[in-house]
Amino acid sequence: MSDWLSPEEWTAVRLSLLVATTATIASLPIGIAIAFLLARGRFWGKSLLDALVHLPLIMPPVVTGYLLLIGFGRRGPIGQFLYDWFGIVLSFRWTGAALAAAVMGFPLMVRAIRLSIEAVDRKLEDAAGTLGASPLWVFLAVTLPLCLPGIVVGMILSFAKAMGEFGATITFVSNIPGETQTLPSAIYTFTQVPGGEAGAMRLTLISIAISVIALFASEAMARFVGRRIAIE
Amino acid sequence: MTPALDIAVEHRLGNFLLDARFTADGGLTALFGRSGSGKTSLVNVIGGLIRPTRGRVVVAGETLVNTDRGIFVPKHRRRIGYVFQEARLFPHLTVRQNLLFGRWFARHHGHDGTEIANVLELLGIGHLLERRPAGLSGGEKQRVAIGRALLARPRLLLMDEPLASLDEARKAEILPYIERLRDEMGLPIVYVSHSATEVARLATNLVILDQGAVKASGPTAEVMSRLDVAMLPGAPEASAVLDAEVTALDPVHHLATLSTQAGRLFVSRPGLRAGARLRVRILASDVLLSLKPLEGISALNVLHGTIVEIGMERGTDGAAIDLRIDCNGVMLVARLTTKSVAQLGLKPGSPIYAVIKSVSVDAP
Repeated sequence: MSDWLSPEEWTAVRLSLLVATTATIASLPIGIAIAFLLARGRFWGKSLLDALVHLPLIMPPVVTGYLLLIGFGRRGPIGQFLYDWFGIVLSFRWTGAALAAAVMGFPLMVRAIRLSIEAVDRKLEDAAGTLGASPLWVFLAVTLPLCLPGIVVGMILSFAKAMGEFGATITFVSNIPGETQTLPSAIYTFTQVPGGEAGAMRLTLISIAISVIALFASEAMARFVGRRIAIE
Repeated sequence: MTPALDIAVEHRLGNFLLDARFTADGGLTALFGRSGSGKTSLVNVIGGLIRPTRGRVVVAGETLVNTDRGIFVPKHRRRIGYVFQEARLFPHLTVRQNLLFGRWFARHHGHDGTEIANVLELLGIGHLLERRPAGLSGGEKQRVAIGRALLARPRLLLMDEPLASLDEARKAEILPYIERLRDEMGLPIVYVSHSATEVARLATNLVILDQGAVKASGPTAEVMSRLDVAMLPGAPEASAVLDAEVTALDPVHHLATLSTQAGRLFVSRPGLRAGARLRVRILASDVLLSLKPLEGISALNVLHGTIVEIGMERGTDGAAIDLRIDCNGVMLVARLTTKSVAQLGLKPGSPIYAVIKSVSVDAP
C-alpha cells in the first residue's frame, strides 16, 4: 500500500480519517443535546436556534469558513479566549479542520437525531416513570436506546460530510500538507500541478472506497440496531 | 384505619371538568363510567401523569398531591404501579429486562411478597423471559405488563382498562390472574372499566363516574343493585351480585348447586368444581315476581324475599320499573312493567317470590 501511495498521500488519507472521526465524535453529545431541545423543548428563541443550526447547510461553505476564521482565529474573540485560557489553537491546525467539518456536518446530524427523538413514543417514557425511573434515567434507558437508529444515521451523515468537506476547511485552516491537508484538499492540490492526474486519481479511488465502506458499515449497523428495536 | 387511597381533585381539561372525590380501601376498587366520563384522567392524576388544578391525593397515609400546600410528588417517586390499556412494554428490551426494569429502581424498598418467582408463577409468564415484546400475543403482553408493575414493589396498582384491547378469549385468559392478584397479593387495586361484567366479577368496591363527577360509590353488590344508580346515563343495568359456593354437582342433568346468602341456585355450566367460590350476577331483566309460591314452572330458581324499594318509571315511555328485593339480607333487583306493578299491588314491605330466568356465572 505504501508503495502505491506516496507518504504525503498516505498522510492525507490518515488525516482525513482523523479529522472526520474527531468531528463526528466530538459533535455527537452536543448534537444529541440540541436535537433533544429542538424535539422536546418549548422555549423562547427555539426557531432562532433551529435556524442557527441549519445555517451551515444554507450558506456557501466558504462563508462558513470565513466566519470560523473571524470567530476562532488567533485574534478572533472565541479563538483568543480558547488560547488565553486553555492554550488551544484552532486556526491552521488539524483541530481547526475538525471544527470546520463538525460545523458543516452538524445540521445533518441534528436533523436525523431530532426526527428519531420525535418518533419515540412518549407513552413508553410515562410507563418508565411510573416504574420509578427519574427523567434522566428515562432518557438514558428508554429514549436514547429507542432513537439509536437515528443517532447512527446522524453520525454516518456527519462523518460522510466531514470526509468530503472542502470549502470551509480550506478557508479556515488553509491547505498545509501534514496538518490540514485532507483528501479533498490533496486532490485539489494535485489538479493544480502539471502531471498530478495520477495522484488525483489514486486519492479519488481511495475516497470512493472509504465512502462505500462507510455506506456498508452504516447499512449493517442500521440493520443490527433495527433488529434489536423491532417496533411493537 | 387509613384508607389505601383518599382522593379529592378538581381538574379542568378544556370544557371538561373533573371534580371527583372518593376513598378506597384494600381489594379492587373499580372506576366505572362511559368513555369520556373522566376515568382515565382520574387514574392519571393518581399515578402522577396529570397535575390536577386543585385537590389532594393521599395513598396509604402519604400525601402525594396537595395543591394548597404545594405538594406534588413526581410519578417516579410515588411507588404506584400502572398497567396501561396498551401494554407499553419497552420494545428494545427482552421480557426479562422489561420485568426487571422497575425492580431495579425499587431495590431499596426492601423485601415483600413480590418475589420474582412468585410473580412469574402467578401470571404464568416464566416461559417468556427471553422473548421480545414484538413476539408476544396481546394477552401475554398484558400479563408481562402486570408483572413489570408488580415487581416495582408498588403500594397501589392502577389498571386502566387492561382488557379493553383484547378479544373475548384473551380476556378470559387474563381475568383469573387479576382475581388471584386481588385475593393473594393484598395489594390495593384501582381498576378502570366500562364493562359491567368485568366489574361485577372483579370489584370489591365500585365507584360510578359520570361527566367527571362521582355519582355513587360503595361495595359492588350494593352499588350495582341501587335503583337510583341504574337510572344514571351509561350506568350498568341494575343487577344482584352474589358470592356463591359450589356445593353439589349433578352429572346427570349437568347442574351445579350454588349456595348463596339469598338461597340455593342451580346453574348449568360445565367446568365448575365442587367447593369453588365464585360470583354470580343476576340482571333485573332476568327476574320475574310472583305473590305466591309457584309450582309447575320451568324455571329452577325461586327465591323468597321482601320488596324494599320501588324505583322510578324508566325508559322513554316510562313502561318499566325496577324493584329492589331483600332476600335474606342480599339485594335482588327485578324489572317489571308499570302495569304489572299496579296489578299486583306491589309496595315496599310486600313479601314476594322472585323467579330467576337466568344466572350469569362469571367464572372460569
